[in-house]
Amino acid sequence: MEYMQFLIVIIFSPLVQGVIKKLKANMQGRVGAGVFQPYYDLIRLFKKDMVISGATSWIFKATPYIVFTSTIAAAMIVPVITTGSNLSMMGDVIALIYIFALGRFFMALAGLDAGTAFGGEGSSREMTVAILVEPMMMLSIFTAAISAGSTNITKIAEAQGIFYSPSHILALSAFIIAVIAETGRIPVDNPDTHLELTMIHEGMLLEYSGRYLALMEWAHYIKQVLLFTIAVDIFFPFGISNNMELSGLAISFSTYLLKMFFMAGMMALIESTRAKMRFFQLPSLLGGAFILALLSLLIYIMMGK
Amino acid sequence: MNPQNYLYIGALFFLSGAVVSLLPLPKVKNYTYILSSLGAVSFAVLSLFLLFAPPLNIFSISISPIFEFIFCGDALSGFFVMVISILTLSVSIFSIGYTKDIGNKGLKGFLYNLFILSMYAVVMSGNIVTFLISWETMSVVSYFLVTFDRSEKSAKAGLIYAVMTHVGTAFIITLFFMLYKNTGHMDFSNIKAAITEVPDDVKSLIFIFSVIGFGTKAGIIPLHTWLPKAHPAAPSNISALMSGVMIKTGIYGFVRISMDIMGHGPEWWGVMIIVIGAVSSILGVLYALMEHDIKRLLAYHSVENIGIILLGIGGAMMFKSHGLYTLSAIALIAGFYHTLNHALFKGLLFLGAGSVMHATHTKNMEDMGGLIKSMPYTGLFFLIGSISICALPPFNGFVSEWLTYQALILGFKSPSITSKIISPLGGAALALTGALAAACFVKAFGISFLGIPRSSHAENVKESSPSMITGMAILALLCLIFGIFPGAVITLLSPAVFNLTGSYGMLSGKGVLHISETVAALSPVAILITMVITSVATIVFIFIVSGKKKVTYGGSWDCGMPALTPRMQYSATAFTKPIRMIFKRIYLPRRELRVSYIVKPFFVKSIKYSGEITPFFEKYIYEPVTVFIHKFAGKVRLLQSGSLHLYLGYILITLILLLIFGN
Repeated sequence: MEYMQFLIVIIFSPLVQGVIKKLKANMQGRVGAGVFQPYYDLIRLFKKDMVISGATSWIFKATPYIVFTSTIAAAMIVPVITTGSNLSMMGDVIALIYIFALGRFFMALAGLDAGTAFGGEGSSREMTVAILVEPMMMLSIFTAAISAGSTNITKIAEAQGIFYSPSHILALSAFIIAVIAETGRIPVDNPDTHLELTMIHEGMLLEYSGRYLALMEWAHYIKQVLLFTIAVDIFFPFGISNNMELSGLAISFSTYLLKMFFMAGMMALIESTRAKMRFFQLPSLLGGAFILALLSLLIYIMMGK
Repeated sequence: MNPQNYLYIGALFFLSGAVVSLLPLPKVKNYTYILSSLGAVSFAVLSLFLLFAPPLNIFSISISPIFEFIFCGDALSGFFVMVISILTLSVSIFSIGYTKDIGNKGLKGFLYNLFILSMYAVVMSGNIVTFLISWETMSVVSYFLVTFDRSEKSAKAGLIYAVMTHVGTAFIITLFFMLYKNTGHMDFSNIKAAITEVPDDVKSLIFIFSVIGFGTKAGIIPLHTWLPKAHPAAPSNISALMSGVMIKTGIYGFVRISMDIMGHGPEWWGVMIIVIGAVSSILGVLYALMEHDIKRLLAYHSVENIGIILLGIGGAMMFKSHGLYTLSAIALIAGFYHTLNHALFKGLLFLGAGSVMHATHTKNMEDMGGLIKSMPYTGLFFLIGSISICALPPFNGFVSEWLTYQALILGFKSPSITSKIISPLGGAALALTGALAAACFVKAFGISFLGIPRSSHAENVKESSPSMITGMAILALLCLIFGIFPGAVITLLSPAVFNLTGSYGMLSGKGVLHISETVAALSPVAILITMVITSVATIVFIFIVSGKKKVTYGGSWDCGMPALTPRMQYSATAFTKPIRMIFKRIYLPRRELRVSYIVKPFFVKSIKYSGEITPFFEKYIYEPVTVFIHKFAGKVRLLQSGSLHLYLGYILITLILLLIFGN
């Protein structure tokens, strides 16, 4: 039973997406679709027939499953509402980043598989963004890992009360920028557009339809919530339960929902108030975040907090 | 049976393979590679003895007190013998089919066997003379293999290789001379015993010489320039061996001198190796990204992976200097694990590239495309190699890079602030390298194997012969096995690691790696099983939700304007354009755009675009040196005017000088 906490992420991830969209719509003075709209979209896609490009190979068909299942494997590692038992023997926070990279690798290949310019464009840009994000994300995680003395995400989450040190605030800001880039949000990518000049993530999915598209979208929602969860586990884990008692779990679950709502609100706020950056301006944003992460590490090593 | 006998049998197989290959009987020649693979099996058995038995003296021939051949082996040799054997076995099987229709194959088979034997000799040499002779044999034979196709390009690559490798050898000879002078011994075990007699400054000098000497062979930056030229020039089965194991003899020599014989040094040794590793890995993969020649791309990745190996080894040296033996062992396990892995996946990728070139007759990725449909097995195995080299779970590269990360994070436990700062930075460099490598192999695999054929080269190609596929299949399977059973691999590595660091580093259970220092665990097999189970669950879930649905095949999305052509696909150049822009300070790209008009500026007749990156090290380091040497040689030529009288004058002057200073 206690190993089932990853199901929370899988089941609630479309809701978080819906909340972000609703908040964004409200901030922009629109009514917006209901918060359950992503669920309806997924069901609709699952029930549709598929059209597949004849130029594609088995890579194109395998990719939705690899992306979806690798994201679930990542979800199993992350403690959601309790650190009492998760499957942390499967891997640590470094493994987590590499499991995400596996999904991205195949998604980029699938983008090239149909032999169109849009797919290749999406793949190329996605891999470029990953190049800028990964070292920065790794460094900000290093700060947390070194201060907790462990790369095991459960242990990092259990080492509570480290939130107010300067190094952690810097690492957190770098990590948030990494989350924005990884989830394909403004100012890095615009999730609502299908304009070929600006697509990154959508470009790779352009050839997908029906159930494959549903799997890819769902995996994307899960990845988004997972990154939020990792952020709260590492940087503000207060409230997370360390056992399986029902009262603790109830508190933990409600704080978790609050934190997710907070993260969703932050994403909506950033998306509503920022404009998308030109692609070649990204290095300065992400490079800046890298400097933040580097500073946080140096400060931690020099000052010890 | 005596362990020594496996060496004799194995050597006999290789020698008879070499001889058989030279026989003027076409039918018999085909047995060459079968004999080599049997030899590899025999050496593989020997490696197990070396790993798990006490050090072994195999044989020694004494010609004079100085000139003595000693072959012996300990766990460190055993590990490298194992790496060579695994790769030789699969490459030999691959070569049976691969060499069917190449010219002059008798000579090639001969050199091939000799090359492998010389590599075994290098890692089992017991004294200075044996080592140097084996080392030189290896270099010379590989030179002949590089220049094998006798083209002008190969000859030039061969020349650069020969010059670079001999500059390296000069440093190696000098460092051995210093060791001999200070200890008075020729054989490694006695030198090791008497190493305390060597002053610290000399030790540091020896260390630097070993970095340069062995680093040239291993291909660290900036000594790498021969590598991306020589490896692609050789036939693909040879490139697999050169990239997979020959450059590892550089790692072997370095570890033997710096960690085994000299024990340990000051902290800056390890720090220096970490820095070299980080620079080599990042620049290696950055240059790889810009290559469209599939073999040059792989060759640059060898530079990158040597860098990753050095991150582990440098960490081990750093921890050892602080007396942190457990951490040192973890770092060394990471380095050795990656050494083994790189041999597997780089061998696999070069064989895959060989298979592709065999079928398409081109090295240029921009001319390939869609090969996964016509060459399904090669495609699958190349994909496995790509996933492994990108360190993605659940394949082997992932485990060794994960271990390297762990080793580098553990730097915070060391007492010095330098180590504390340098090791997480090494980790960040590794993260950058990993992301760049992933981009590079999305390009390499995606452009060559996916999409639709980009040129006539890629149309109507046929899958390679069964023996070639078998050779690749063995390596692909090992990439998976070594990825999901890390415990077994570490059991193989730990004797060598224990000898060098005095610790076993960590305990590992069934399929789960566990590092107690960071409370971190990793189980690639669990990740794999999870993915398989959830795949099945997903398929069942979709079936329940929506049942069976119709699948229609159509064209790719063309914005409603029909007739997509292969030229409209994303090309390798386009794919790497953003990276070229972002790292332009490193690449120094140049582009030339020539437009000719009918009526300026409205009617364009033709547009010609060309672009290239500046090869920084060749242009700004090697070229000035070459120019200087040429100039100097020109000046020296004045001495050699061709006049007999002048030469007689030289003799006279020499004689007088000797008479003056001789007594």
